[in-house]
Amino acid sequence: MKTLLGINDFVVKFANVNGTGSASANSLFAKAIFRMGIPVSPRNIFPSNIQGLPTWYEVRVSSQGYLGRRGGVDIMVCVNPQSMADDIASVEPGGYFIYDSTKPLAPQLQRDDIHFMGIPFTEMCMREFPTPRLQQLLKNVVYVGAMAALIEIDFSVLKGLLNTQFKGKEKLISSNVHALEMGFRYAREHFDCPLPVRLQQGDNIAPHIREFDHILMSGNTATALGAIYGGATVAAWYPITPSTSVVDAFSKYAERMRIDPGTGKKNFAVVQAEDELAAMGMVIGASWNGARAFTATSGPGLSLMSEFLGLAYFAEVPVVLVDVQRSGPSTGMPTRSQQSDVLAAAYASHGDTKQVLLFPATPRECFDMTVDAFDLADRLQTPVIMMSDLDLGMNDWMSPPLEWDDSRQLDRGKVLDADGLEQMENWGRYKDVDGDGICYRTLPGTHPSKGAYFTRGSSKSEMAVYSERGEDYVQNVDRLLRKFETAKQYVPKPKVKNAPGLTKPASDLKLGAMFFGTSASPSYEAVEMLASEGYPIDTLRIRAFPFHRSLDDFIHAHDLIFVIEQNRDGQMRRLISNECEIPPGKLTAVLNYSGTPITARHIAAEIRETLNAAGGNVIPLHPETA
Amino acid sequence: MSFIKPKFRHPRLPTNALGFTVADYDGAISTLCAGCGHDSISAAIRNACFKSALEPHRIAKVSGIGCSSKMPTYFLGRSHGFNSVHGRMPSVATGASLANRNLTYIGVSGDGDTASIGMGQFIHLIRRNVNMTYIVANNGCYGLTKGQDSATADLGSVSKGGAANPFDGIDLASLAVLQGASFVARSFSGDKDQLEPLIRAAMAHDGFAFIDVVSPCVTFNNHAGSTRSYGSTRDHLDAMPVDFVPVREEIRAEYAEGTSHAVTLHDGSVIHLLKADAGYAADDRTGALTAIRSAQQDRRILTGLLFLDPNSRDLNDTLELASRPLNELGKDELCPGSKMLDSINEGLR
Ligand SMILES: Cc1ncc(C[n+]2csc(CCOP(=O)(O)OP(=O)(O)O)c2C)c(N)n1
Ligand code: SF4
Ligand SMILES: [Mg+2]
Repeated sequence: MKTLLGINDFVVKFANVNGTGSASANSLFAKAIFRMGIPVSPRNIFPSNIQGLPTWYEVRVSSQGYLGRRGGVDIMVCVNPQSMADDIASVEPGGYFIYDSTKPLAPQLQRDDIHFMGIPFTEMCMREFPTPRLQQLLKNVVYVGAMAALIEIDFSVLKGLLNTQFKGKEKLISSNVHALEMGFRYAREHFDCPLPVRLQQGDNIAPHIREFDHILMSGNTATALGAIYGGATVAAWYPITPSTSVVDAFSKYAERMRIDPGTGKKNFAVVQAEDELAAMGMVIGASWNGARAFTATSGPGLSLMSEFLGLAYFAEVPVVLVDVQRSGPSTGMPTRSQQSDVLAAAYASHGDTKQVLLFPATPRECFDMTVDAFDLADRLQTPVIMMSDLDLGMNDWMSPPLEWDDSRQLDRGKVLDADGLEQMENWGRYKDVDGDGICYRTLPGTHPSKGAYFTRGSSKSEMAVYSERGEDYVQNVDRLLRKFETAKQYVPKPKVKNAPGLTKPASDLKLGAMFFGTSASPSYEAVEMLASEGYPIDTLRIRAFPFHRSLDDFIHAHDLIFVIEQNRDGQMRRLISNECEIPPGKLTAVLNYSGTPITARHIAAEIRETLNAAGGNVIPLHPETA
Repeated sequence: MSFIKPKFRHPRLPTNALGFTVADYDGAISTLCAGCGHDSISAAIRNACFKSALEPHRIAKVSGIGCSSKMPTYFLGRSHGFNSVHGRMPSVATGASLANRNLTYIGVSGDGDTASIGMGQFIHLIRRNVNMTYIVANNGCYGLTKGQDSATADLGSVSKGGAANPFDGIDLASLAVLQGASFVARSFSGDKDQLEPLIRAAMAHDGFAFIDVVSPCVTFNNHAGSTRSYGSTRDHLDAMPVDFVPVREEIRAEYAEGTSHAVTLHDGSVIHLLKADAGYAADDRTGALTAIRSAQQDRRILTGLLFLDPNSRDLNDTLELASRPLNELGKDELCPGSKMLDSINEGLR
């Protein structure tokens, strides 16, 4: 049988039943590896269900710090008979299948190219713990204990984590530690520990990971903190997975950090609206009135907000909208990740609209971009949509720590106060005084006799007087386009990297790849894989729409460009070909829309296939010789 | 169509307590059809704000879409206004009120805007008790889209095309009482003696104040057979007269014993139910529902102050918001700073 070798490089997957308390044991497992200083990226793959359906937790360990999914499973820990056949089939040849051997494994499930390791989890827990509830919960901790022996997780780290988690509940600590030890001992006594696939502190960890400080947090938590630091005071929302935890975390932090010290009253408002239309209406009303307001939603909510997004665009009201993307409608697989709202968001609403989009790829960027989103929305007086996704939002990611510069000011943009109104001659709400398409706005209640105007949709004179004259409409929407042009200088710029191993772009064969958000990490990894095979690929990570000019430059500088994303229609590819007016043939789509996050192997395979299909036109060349 | 009003003003126009004349509360010239009930409501709002001596720039006007929702252009030109989207003004008003609790909010809507597309938001606005005055200019039809029946059209009311409405109408005032609104009134655009004091009281009320105003559409719903025509409304009105005395008027109007029933509002101003219906108990929800219903059964429209709870808690209080408006808070109050972030990072290592 093939032997898998992997020091700090492997994938472990836990197959659980939803609602059986596996989540905390699983995160204990991942957090322990993180605490050991070894790069880890855990992912929940869960159904739209509260109890009973299969759920998985996939943990990738990567010495090089690759945080995207690799593809394949080296060790499967299966405590769910429902999904067992598929779970066995998914293990790599030479890999390990750990299962609950309280009941014998059906012979037809056997494979002779992987290792089966039975541990009687249920039986052990029935014997050891008094109540069905404890038996159920601690079964999860027993398998973590077994894994600790098999892959050498530092036992003291596990204990330390349990101590913090159950601080003050000594009984819980001791039963959990006992469960850990049960699993640990069983594995030690019955198997050859450790496996060749295992952890090892310090040794082969990439310096860029080893030498820098990291935190482990979800994108949604980081987004919520961004809203706190960005000065949001009004959050209006309607619950929808996977965005719910944004507002939950915002409320939690606000309760701590936004209480008026004198009175104990709140300097923030969170309203659970009756639907997403109302949520967006509240955000618009609050922003129109000068508060920083935001909402968080997912695909179906974005659809419902569409009319209001059109109004906000034409009426030029700042809006911050966090779209944590998932796969389409509410039935089907609503709890799976995708990047499939790109076009719906970019052109959200009726009439000629274009919306400003931001594409965070890490929790740190979720934080930074949320803060930026509030500044941008105020500066540009328009909606700004943060395009996160389930994978980034709901999973814990290793990330550089969040940073805040205390000298940073909130950029409220062109808002005139009473003095400003006194000083400005002939103020008109829609006069483009500065030539950047952005006009001066006023807030209700500012000045007794100046600055009042009527906010409405598309057409009006520069003085905000009702108008249905064609010239006024054209002048207004052309200015909005000018404003969108201006936006390019304010939004985060793309990150361009030369192909790995190349100090300058390749001379004869010019390959490029573009991607965004959670497609970035596995794309970088795939690009490294392909570089080692002799295909140098330069990369550009898109961070915002409207696109920066460097994106056009990148396209022109390359012969063939892969656009890597997680939807069926290659939405970003379409947006690029639409906006940059380049022949779509120059861009090749690399897609995954299965609901589970895209893997490095998949990306590499697709690119390889395209390059092979191109035959003699694409000759592999080695980085050294390029 | 849009044109500027002549700037000429009579030198001896009376002024209010702030020194403003009624012209300081004017808006642009109306572009609604001549004789449209909505224009009388605009005038009543303007007069009410003038008489109550509110600072024009401390009022914010919000509306949805419809002929009625255009009204805010035609009064209070010194106030900010927001013509939002069809049926969704309640959410815009909610957000605005959260951002700045110190302004007076006047929402104007239509029966289509409120009772059809906006029904959900309307109900939730009441439920949250947002501090605002909400006026529905109720003409039983969609004026702006040329006269289709609305959801408030009475059963059997005949449209201009001659068809009788086969559905029961939704009674917004009953709904508001039922849902727990703290101030519910009904009036008629043609009855300014009743409408003006009601609007003044609604603006003084702390919490959500709803006024359903029957406002005939002269173009599409003012013929024989329509139950919302001027003629039919005048004939079937059961008007309970009211008067309003704001807190800063020192010399209180005198009312003869037994002819008035007074309710003191939160800010100390007083609303008087007058004469004929001084016996009406405006603090009785069930009674209000019964009264509205029994008038309806007699094919009469009960107008006046239908229900009032002067001690309601508005949304800002329910959410325990600080007294300083959220839109006035700056970086120092809002941003917890780098030390706090360091300690958050620490918890995530
Ligand atoms: C989403 C949407 N659907 C339809 C319309 C078209 N529309 C404009 S006004 C209106 C009805 C207005 O009726 P009402 O609120 O009673 O106002 P009125 O004109 O009668 O005063 C409709 C359906 C719209 N503006 N928006
Ligand atoms: S159509 Fe009816 S509601 Fe609209 S302005 Fe004319 S009269 Fe008024
Ligand atoms: Mg109407």
